[in-house]
Amino acid sequence: METITTNARGISRRDLLKGCVMVGASLAVGSGFVAGSSAAWAMETNHVTPSEMATLIQMARDIYPHNHVADEYYARAVKGYDSEDFKSQIAAGINALNAAAQGQGYASYLSVPWEADRVKILQSMEDSSFFQTIRGNLITGLYNQPEVWTLFGYEGESYSKGGYINRGFNDINWI
Amino acid sequence: MTKFDLNDDSVVVIVGTGAGGGTLANELAQKGIKVVALEAGGRHLPQDYQNDEWGSFGQISWLDARTTSGDWRVARDFSGLPSWIVKAVGGSTVHWAGASIRFQEHEFKTKTVYGNVTGANLLDWPIGLSELEPYYDRAEKKMGVTRTNGIPGLPGNNNYKVFEAGAKKVGYQNVHTGNMAINSEPRDGRVGCQQAGFCFQGCKFGAKWSTAYTEIPKGEATGNLEVRENAHVLKVEHDATGKVTGVLYADKDGNQHLQKARIVSIAGNSIESPRLLLNSSSSLFPDGLANSSGQVGRNYMRHMTASVYAAFDKPVRMWRGTTMAGIITDESKHDPSRGFVGGFELETLSLGLPFMAAFLNPGAWGREFSSALDSYENMAGMWIVGEDMPQETNRVTLNHDVKDQYGLPAPNVHFDDHPNDVAMRNYAWKKGAEIYDAVGATKTYPTPPYPSTHNLGTNRMSAKPRDGVVNKWGQTHDINNLFISDGSQFTTGAAENPTLTIVALAIRQAEYIAEQMNMRAI
Repeated sequence: METITTNARGISRRDLLKGCVMVGASLAVGSGFVAGSSAAWAMETNHVTPSEMATLIQMARDIYPHNHVADEYYARAVKGYDSEDFKSQIAAGINALNAAAQGQGYASYLSVPWEADRVKILQSMEDSSFFQTIRGNLITGLYNQPEVWTLFGYEGESYSKGGYINRGFNDINWI
Repeated sequence: MTKFDLNDDSVVVIVGTGAGGGTLANELAQKGIKVVALEAGGRHLPQDYQNDEWGSFGQISWLDARTTSGDWRVARDFSGLPSWIVKAVGGSTVHWAGASIRFQEHEFKTKTVYGNVTGANLLDWPIGLSELEPYYDRAEKKMGVTRTNGIPGLPGNNNYKVFEAGAKKVGYQNVHTGNMAINSEPRDGRVGCQQAGFCFQGCKFGAKWSTAYTEIPKGEATGNLEVRENAHVLKVEHDATGKVTGVLYADKDGNQHLQKARIVSIAGNSIESPRLLLNSSSSLFPDGLANSSGQVGRNYMRHMTASVYAAFDKPVRMWRGTTMAGIITDESKHDPSRGFVGGFELETLSLGLPFMAAFLNPGAWGREFSSALDSYENMAGMWIVGEDMPQETNRVTLNHDVKDQYGLPAPNVHFDDHPNDVAMRNYAWKKGAEIYDAVGATKTYPTPPYPSTHNLGTNRMSAKPRDGVVNKWGQTHDINNLFISDGSQFTTGAAENPTLTIVALAIRQAEYIAEQMNMRAI
């Protein structure tokens, strides 16, 4: 199984989500994997727990929230933490995050329904190395995915297409 | 390819192959002088360049250990990356945007014109504009600068059209697509600009002038120039009389070699050049080579820089086309009524989405930041580049606690903004925002400085030996067969992008070196 499987067809939503627990607004956690609630994608976890991975995905979205970017791309941005090297750092960081959520009367970070309230929890640990590591790595992890570029209109490399000399370098029509 | 023996002490050794070193190497080779150019990086040519911001960054950037200190924001945001320059044959001419403008007359005489500015170590250059003009002419011809020598300007891209319309609306008079060392039509065996964007990643079409594929191969074709790549110079050697005799360098496998020389010229950019002099200290020169003035490494300048990005309600697609072909020069004058001395240029600039995420507001997160990126397609952008004040305490020193891959002390770059720099930046941010507001920006973003691309002043030129490191020829005051050939010789920084001036100085220096060699003076 690849780390992330785009479930274009194959496993039915019902089969995938059977036995899953919905966490947050759009994520489902099963045994050994995290999935989008629409079952559009699934991601196996081998070192961190599926619940920890789901928390990381939600945290990534809350740090750099883009409504037009699907969870799958946030999942790709943080999947590197599913490794032996990061395992204990992630567990400790998410424990602290959940403790901060509990301090504000929630069961866990993932159970906080509004972004603004989750952001307050993140702000309370903004200076921690855990937060700064996650945030810093998202800059490349999220925004350096060519599939994400498309979602922002950015066209990436142009050399193979001959640059833009005949492809609209000066096509602005409203100025 | 020509090869010179390590023991050949008749050669001129040049450290670095960028705008200064690469130009000097070719100019000397054309005059029949034997040159060994040592380049710390590898040889990457247009076919190797990548239309990929992070991919290219990893391929060509100078990423050796460096540290930072001071109140500049770069020290906080990019503590190990004070500058964004290139380690490759061609140096930072691989990465530069191509803006090629002459300094103004008054910018050679800042001490006289600006007067005493508290905390600033201003000094007049030992040369003026009139002495440099013939060499500016030759540099522009060599580089194929647009709007000189009958070369047409580049066409304006989408980002330029927004910039120009805004500039005219707020009343600026002097706005055009720049004096760019980018072919607007085929010239010198290279194609015209294909509007690909990615000027900073190395021009894959070779339309932009870079020593990597102009000066260097031309010099090599004479049979007088050997470029040794992956040759990282560690130390400049000297004899008992204090004359330099050669350089010690490490090859790609880390093996060390001593290349003898009649003359050594250092052109490793303004962090490495003073570092090499400091790392070459000896019992004869305990404070480093050519440092009797104590000015080696001091007066580090990086230009007053900033950017303004603006979001509109319709697409701009600023990344399409030449990255920096657009300039407003109205603010480059010296007009203290604005609240600061010196001036600045406004130049179009775009970043791809990956670098926009990294540089728009480093460290920021949350909705305000991400909503800015949501309008990426509708953004226009400009860079602000102005004269910063030389300060003795802004300096490159050796950090003995951090070592590079050869075990040598890493450079520390200390920089505090001068109040004049801060006043100019705040004024320029406001002007930049007005330009975009005039054409309907829905939001503007005052973006802080990136890691420095214009590193200047750390081996300054001076009339008197006590005031600086080199004389008006870039020859060190202390050692007559040791030269500096990069932007570190700038006495002050001026408002303009420095490359054209570095090239003009290198052409002039080559004439001087050839003449001195003929006269057997060195």
